[in-house]
Amino acid sequence: MSAHAQGVEAPAARVRASLVDRLRGRDPAFAPWLFLTPFLLLFAVFGVYPIAFSFYMSLHDWDPVRGLASARFVGLDNYLFVLADEWFHQSLISTAWLAIASGVPQHLVAIPLACFIDSRLRRTRDMLAALYFLPYVTSTVAIAIMFTALLSRDFGMVNLMLDAFARLPLVGALLPAGPIDWLNDPDRIRPAVSMVVFWRFVGFNTLLYLAALQGIPRELYDAAHLDGASAWQRFRHVTLPLLRPVAFFAVTLSIIGGMQLFEEPFVLSGGKGGPDQSVMTTAIYLYRSAFEFSDFGAASAMSWILVLIMALLSALVTRWLGNRGDR
Amino acid sequence: MRNASASLAAPLCKRFQGAPASSGRRYVIRAMGAGAAAVSAPARASREAAPLDIAAYPALDQILRESRPRWQSIAPGFDIRVVAREFGDHHSALTAAMAARKGLPDLMAVEFGFLARFAASGVLADLSSLPGLGQTSAGIVPYALAQCRLAGGLFALPVDIGPGVSFVRTDLLEQARITEQQVLASWEGFVEAGRLLRAANGPYLLPHARDLKDAIIRSAIEPGDGLYFDAKGRPRLDSERFRLAFRLAREVRRNDLDARVSAWSNDWAEGIRRGRIAALLMGAWFGGHLANWLAPATSGRWRTGELPGGARASWGGSFYAIAANSPRREQAWAMLRLLAGDPALQLDAFRRHDAFPALQTAHQDPFFDEAMTFFGGQRARRLWRDIALAIPSVTVHRLDPLADEIVNAELDRVLMRGKDPERALEDASRVLERRAQRVRA
Repeated sequence: MSAHAQGVEAPAARVRASLVDRLRGRDPAFAPWLFLTPFLLLFAVFGVYPIAFSFYMSLHDWDPVRGLASARFVGLDNYLFVLADEWFHQSLISTAWLAIASGVPQHLVAIPLACFIDSRLRRTRDMLAALYFLPYVTSTVAIAIMFTALLSRDFGMVNLMLDAFARLPLVGALLPAGPIDWLNDPDRIRPAVSMVVFWRFVGFNTLLYLAALQGIPRELYDAAHLDGASAWQRFRHVTLPLLRPVAFFAVTLSIIGGMQLFEEPFVLSGGKGGPDQSVMTTAIYLYRSAFEFSDFGAASAMSWILVLIMALLSALVTRWLGNRGDR
Repeated sequence: MRNASASLAAPLCKRFQGAPASSGRRYVIRAMGAGAAAVSAPARASREAAPLDIAAYPALDQILRESRPRWQSIAPGFDIRVVAREFGDHHSALTAAMAARKGLPDLMAVEFGFLARFAASGVLADLSSLPGLGQTSAGIVPYALAQCRLAGGLFALPVDIGPGVSFVRTDLLEQARITEQQVLASWEGFVEAGRLLRAANGPYLLPHARDLKDAIIRSAIEPGDGLYFDAKGRPRLDSERFRLAFRLAREVRRNDLDARVSAWSNDWAEGIRRGRIAALLMGAWFGGHLANWLAPATSGRWRTGELPGGARASWGGSFYAIAANSPRREQAWAMLRLLAGDPALQLDAFRRHDAFPALQTAHQDPFFDEAMTFFGGQRARRLWRDIALAIPSVTVHRLDPLADEIVNAELDRVLMRGKDPERALEDASRVLERRAQRVRA
């Protein structure tokens, strides 16, 4: 055999050997892929496929009970229908209302609370953090059922307490005379739902900020103190700038969570979105469109529009809070 | 005993054993062959003895379990497997199975509101030509059977029905010097009685103004029309019953005649228990709930009767349908004939679970003639039976649940935002028409 022929055969043999080695796990470069395979398979089946299928459905008219074969390509019709749909507009307003009313206070309370716990309650810090975190890990449905009982108009604890306060001399004048219909009045149910969402997530954000505060070097505070900075100035010029990366993360999570708000308003409104659809968030509306009104095409289109809105808002937050220190 | 799978697997193993191969590979092939035989044998055996899968929601699941002895006397050795889920989950699971065209149970319970949608799926068996249908369906209340005739076929049979009736607290009426006849004479009289009740510092007339709307739109439906659509699938929200319903619901709210509580909420249940609500407009099945767990302490204070103005209306009902591709269709049909055609079974379900029988032969039982202490000695069941027989048939439409939502949303605006009822109905009609066009397209 000539040298030339040997030279041609050699790489092929190397490739064969290499494939066998790889399959037997002897190639170290192939090993990470082998370990990642279970995750990648699961992610492809339960992550990528539903997302791709949802996009496919957003371009089709499909009543699920008629089977996938009945799906009819309609182009952008579903998007046009949703964009002109009054209920979708109403759901976006409800979502934004609840996201702002429950999201903004979370951060306005969580940052000072975390600072207070970090600076004044060092011994009980971990226990307090765990307590604040408790609502976050409790079942949403259990929380919503509990609040349904608490907010009952005629027999709820909240109204009983307000009634007791209303009998006090000065405070009484500030409170309404009759019981508040928290869950059946369209103007009351939004604050009620926002309060439950706030109560549930404020601990999570407090924990995030607390962890970030513990990463700020104490020397910076000492130096500022020596320079004569007051407590407010230390908070304003040391704490807040160094909390920005975590604030960016937490605010982004709040925006995404707020736009996807589903469980609390769903359970508190009995699954219907409340009186005058006042807490029918976009997530509830798209769920109902798909599973109650059998319009999977419109529901899928809604979900993609929601994704675009979330991406836009996240980009705005990135511009506002993200990477500012690097520029 | 060697079964068919094992005998099929054996030559396969032998062929592989004869092939030139390394001892390791031969071992693997033998193991695979033996494994295939071992796995397929019990699988085949279990397939042969697979029980009849029946999916249901509460309390139909309990009724099914209680029917097991009766079923086993008809089909000895052939068991049933009840797949029970909560009401919403049950219908979502059926929707998912229909979408996948896989995993449907042999027999499935379907609530009235889902009937039209599921009938259009193409995966439910048409019962029209099945043997013995005439015998089974002969005794069924006519309006309930008519609801199953959809898309040119018969896709389900009813097992329980909900004739619309009224429940009134006579003791509360007496305190306000109002008679039951005054309350039930007409829809306008009903609202006027509520005014008198409230004027006497009495209870609320109704739990929610929506309840009045629901009762009125279900009555006086024009022949051939459905609740929300006419026979051609066009919205009928411009009809007089909707105008009357919206107008009177607004009157109820303006005069503070409703407790503003939704059905099945805590406030609603407590309101009924504590005598804060004087009247309820519901299906006859609600009488049992009222007497057994909701307000047993109020026994003797309630009376039941027709809806105001003698209106005839239906409140839901439960149906069973068979999967068209079920491998156990014969057994499923036998079970459906039992559930829909056995008066003793339906009577038991009525006694234990307040499921009002769909079978007229069950209505002839002396149980229907018994005086009911809870209703002050009234022969209430007999009254409900007579009402059920006079209810006209109403066609169902697959968009009925959506139409219900649209109408309720506009009614909320009338009640809470002061929107004009006529304008609200026009807006509801426009939104519904837009949706209906999507379906027609």
